[in-house]
Amino acid sequence: MMEHIRLPKVERVQLADRSSSRRAQVGTLYLTAFHTIFVDNEVHNELWVLHSLVCNVEKLSITSCGYPLLIRCKNFQVIQLLIPKENDCNDVFVSLLRLSRTERYEELYCFSFMPNVDKAARGQAWDFLNLKAEYNRMGVSNKLWHTTSVNREYRVCDTYPADLYVPKSASLPVIVGSSRFRSKGRFPTLSYYYRETQAVICRSSQPLSGFSARCLEDEQMLEAIMKSNPGSRFMYVVDTRPKLNAMANRATGKGYENEDNYTNIKFQFIGIENIHVMRNSQQKLIEVSDLPSPSMGEFLLGLETSDWLKHIKSILAAGTFIAKAVAEEGVSVLVHCSDGWDRTTQVCSLASVLLDPFYRTLKGLMVLIEKDWVSFGHKFSHRYGHVVEEPKEASPVIDQFLECVWQLMEQFPCAFEYNERFLISIYNHVHSCHYGNFICNSEKERKDLGIREKTHSLWPHLWKNKVDFVNPLFRADHSQTKGVLQPLTTPYCFKFWRGLYNHFDRGLHPRQSVLDSLMAIKEETQQLEEVLTIYQQKLAGVGREQANDLFVKKHGMKNSQGLWAEPTHIRLANSPQDYNGGNLVSGPKDLLPQQRKTNLDLSLFGDTSESSDPDNSDQESEGADFSCHSCSGGASPPSEDSVKDPDSDDPAFNNA
Amino acid sequence: MEFSEHIKTANVDDVVLKLPLRPALKGTLCVTAHHLVFSERKEEAGTCLRNLCKDLRILQFDIPGMEECLNVASSIEALSSLESVTELYPFFHRPRELSLSEPWGLSSPQQQYAQTERLWDRWRLSKVNRNFSVCMSYPRTVIVPCAIDDITLAKAASFRQGGRFPVLCYYHRSNGMVIMRSSQPMTGANRKRCREDELLLQAAIDESEMGYIIDTRSAQQAQQARMAGGGFESKAFYHHWRRLHRHLERGKVLQESLIKLVEACGDPSQNMDRWLSKLENSKWLSHVHSALSTAGLVAECVERDGHSVLVHGFEGTDTTLLVTSLAQLILDPASRTFRGFLQLLEREWVQAGHPFRQRCAHSAHSHARLRQECPAFLLLLDATWQLGRQFPLALEFSEVLLLRLAQDAYASDYGTFLCSSEQERCALQVKENTHCLFQFLLRREEREKYVNPLYEATDLAIWPSVHPQSLQLWTGLFLRWTEYAQTMDEAREEIWTIVKERKETDRPKGCAHTTLSRHDSFTNVENLMDELTVL
Repeated sequence: MMEHIRLPKVERVQLADRSSSRRAQVGTLYLTAFHTIFVDNEVHNELWVLHSLVCNVEKLSITSCGYPLLIRCKNFQVIQLLIPKENDCNDVFVSLLRLSRTERYEELYCFSFMPNVDKAARGQAWDFLNLKAEYNRMGVSNKLWHTTSVNREYRVCDTYPADLYVPKSASLPVIVGSSRFRSKGRFPTLSYYYRETQAVICRSSQPLSGFSARCLEDEQMLEAIMKSNPGSRFMYVVDTRPKLNAMANRATGKGYENEDNYTNIKFQFIGIENIHVMRNSQQKLIEVSDLPSPSMGEFLLGLETSDWLKHIKSILAAGTFIAKAVAEEGVSVLVHCSDGWDRTTQVCSLASVLLDPFYRTLKGLMVLIEKDWVSFGHKFSHRYGHVVEEPKEASPVIDQFLECVWQLMEQFPCAFEYNERFLISIYNHVHSCHYGNFICNSEKERKDLGIREKTHSLWPHLWKNKVDFVNPLFRADHSQTKGVLQPLTTPYCFKFWRGLYNHFDRGLHPRQSVLDSLMAIKEETQQLEEVLTIYQQKLAGVGREQANDLFVKKHGMKNSQGLWAEPTHIRLANSPQDYNGGNLVSGPKDLLPQQRKTNLDLSLFGDTSESSDPDNSDQESEGADFSCHSCSGGASPPSEDSVKDPDSDDPAFNNA
Repeated sequence: MEFSEHIKTANVDDVVLKLPLRPALKGTLCVTAHHLVFSERKEEAGTCLRNLCKDLRILQFDIPGMEECLNVASSIEALSSLESVTELYPFFHRPRELSLSEPWGLSSPQQQYAQTERLWDRWRLSKVNRNFSVCMSYPRTVIVPCAIDDITLAKAASFRQGGRFPVLCYYHRSNGMVIMRSSQPMTGANRKRCREDELLLQAAIDESEMGYIIDTRSAQQAQQARMAGGGFESKAFYHHWRRLHRHLERGKVLQESLIKLVEACGDPSQNMDRWLSKLENSKWLSHVHSALSTAGLVAECVERDGHSVLVHGFEGTDTTLLVTSLAQLILDPASRTFRGFLQLLEREWVQAGHPFRQRCAHSAHSHARLRQECPAFLLLLDATWQLGRQFPLALEFSEVLLLRLAQDAYASDYGTFLCSSEQERCALQVKENTHCLFQFLLRREEREKYVNPLYEATDLAIWPSVHPQSLQLWTGLFLRWTEYAQTMDEAREEIWTIVKERKETDRPKGCAHTTLSRHDSFTNVENLMDELTVL
């Protein structure tokens, strides 16, 4: 990658603060093989941006102070640089363009990321999650379901995992026959087994039914699934596409199941739009979230015309339908869309989150993503543009899943062990290519590329930092936590996800965090309990010592004073403020330094439209700046580990 | 009392009550003077009666028999809009634990003045309004500049709509700047002026200073007001004051906005576009936005630029109070405490003459004449809730208090929000014959229900973000009677549990500590004795 860096270092670069035109940091810009680094001259704050997170680079029109460069990242960070010389700006621009467009997998950061871990530890880290154990936890294999070796060599379906679970009653020829009748060979296989009712969620791709084709083995396969749920006499087949799209597919020899050909199936369309519609919708949403100072009306109208929340609602409604069928009716469901790796994945994993409290824990969500997304061949590298490919393949599929989970967290604040930061962290790592987990498009591709041997796994890293990702309101025995979640899907339950789309616009977020405050309280409680235990032991000890030696007792007392001091140190070291390397301000102290300004300025809450004077004869002479931007607070949202927040402890109001 | 006249049918059997989120109940419905009493009994349905409550809840009664249903309906109609204030429930509410002799109210201009020593050299208490003769809607005493005598005040009052001359409502300790409020000056079409009014404003600031007048009307509205006898302060006559216009909606527009929002929240449609366009169309969040940004502007003038501010619109009893009270919440840490907030409401809304009786008579479900109805107070509570969302540790009271106040402003057991001015309250002897809500809320067992468990006092101003992304629908109020609110309540309880757990672990530690230190001194004595023996 080094050969693509035309200019490794530029000095006197300005980093603009987007919330205010008046505040900019001056510093040095470095380009390395994988990062763009900006180091502030005065305070030596550093801003690191992975090239793989860069979405596009744009040269803006020249200003009096230099040549501006706008860098938009996939995690919605926007960085504006001002470079003094045109040549330098051009070199940075060309270098970044090339560096952010990876051509081969081997150029990705994960292949060069070498933390100090030996080979054995790396292997262990990859074994952190064990899907076999997960299927066991669900309750398979059992007397009706078992694992099949049919896809061991990825011969039947090269986008499926090697280990698959199918009904015991489905013979090998039936499986193989069914796979030949399904798009990309993705035959119906188990995604989730619901122990209570023995109903299952199965997934597949669309059948190659055209206008009239049928396949005996495929029909037998579905019958086997239906019959493996002894409590029910029929099963649902859910096609997550809009009916029109499914019908159009028939012209190309694909399509959907004909109810007359299958025994006891109830066929249902759910109507989630395809990846292209979703991509355009998100694009519109990003434009809305990026408006410089929209009015309330503009924002709500933009939100409405983006249709984004409508799509989120349709996905959540589909998940709710399936969870209900499985839990309440005890009926098994086969879910498919076209190829069964986008909408099918979203809907199956969302239904699982609703059904199983385990998936609402930290480890559970990791396992779920590993199982339904990674192993079942969700095309991560295509959808999130890891390497230069056809841009039409990109789409915010996992974005929507994570957002549905977030919407659920908003509706059930006590039901999830993880918090919003966990979702955002996963989101970032799907795009960052820092770890190998999400590289490539299928298990087979990852094996061929040696991901396990050459890169590191994300999950143990997240697990190690789990303190940061815990929801303090979660309690394993809470009524919200137990059993099946029954979310409302009334439109007012869906909100714009400010935490993701405006993650880096610090001024928009609450200035004090309930999350941090509660985490601090919980931690304090825990420490107090520890101190208490020590004290009780001490007291008991002192009682005994009294009967013994006075000399020993004196020492005992000294030690106990040391113990008093200790917790304060622990607290300083572990307090949640450290989450962000000391950047996250949870207390009110650093919020708003009271800076008296010398010049008259009423810019913060202004709005030019109403400032004109009604009486022409007494026009106010001074034209104050009434642009409507809000004050930016000192507290910043947490920055992710790959992107360091440059200046979150800056005073809040020196921008004005 | 002629309540019985209104009650055509006092008892109806076999009534089915349908509440949101609950199974239907069957029983007997009793209509009494102030309450509907429903007692459950195990027993089918006829005509249906929907009760749309002021707290936005909808109760549905299925009453057998058309005639009885109509009777009950007309009784409820009549009893829920009683003309005479003294017939209202606060005059009959006599809980055993409260006595009428307890103090009524928390705050007054006298107290405010007495507590703010730094006011004394430039400001004075004036009793010019002791008989309510200068201004009907002001309290008996007000705070005004020392340099202005009562005669001048009375003359200035005659130049302001409803006699509401400029008075002090907030003193900013860090720089001595003040916020004042008034109604519009009555300049009229031919630009009348009033020397006394000019003197009064000039006396509020130093020669060298510049003051700001924040007019809560648009420039056009202010201009048009002249045709009706009102107007604005012309720069030619008020040299040291600069005027800024911030258009805030009021009256009918605000009331219609609330009605549209409540209607949107009750819409059973599953259509996302429809919800978002209805939410947008109601404009309620835009009103929250303008209220907060205007208050932010006032606070900014005072705190950051060091100017005194006068706020007014037309009458100075609605949007003016909204802006001055929000600005105080932003600036003044004292007003963010439990007691301080209630005091703020008492001074800026109750005593300052917000016409609660006209503004909060029917709430959102009424289709009756809307001329005087206006949810300005509800808008204040909403904006306060937004502040609490953005600064979850800064307010000592929780959302629950705001919900309680929203309910009590429309229908209450207490007398606090009765009437429209101090004068009316005196005439009807409200203070002698009803209990005070604020005093009641401050009782220890009540207070606990309404405090914010995460409160940490901060001395700094809390500047809200007014970006659309930062303002949210107040689900606690507008979706109060839906399932959505239930899980939020559970979350609130959970926060309490966490906070209480800390307190509980703290306590035994304290005990352990005292035992140990006593032990410590004991050992010290022993040590001394040791040394003594060595000697």
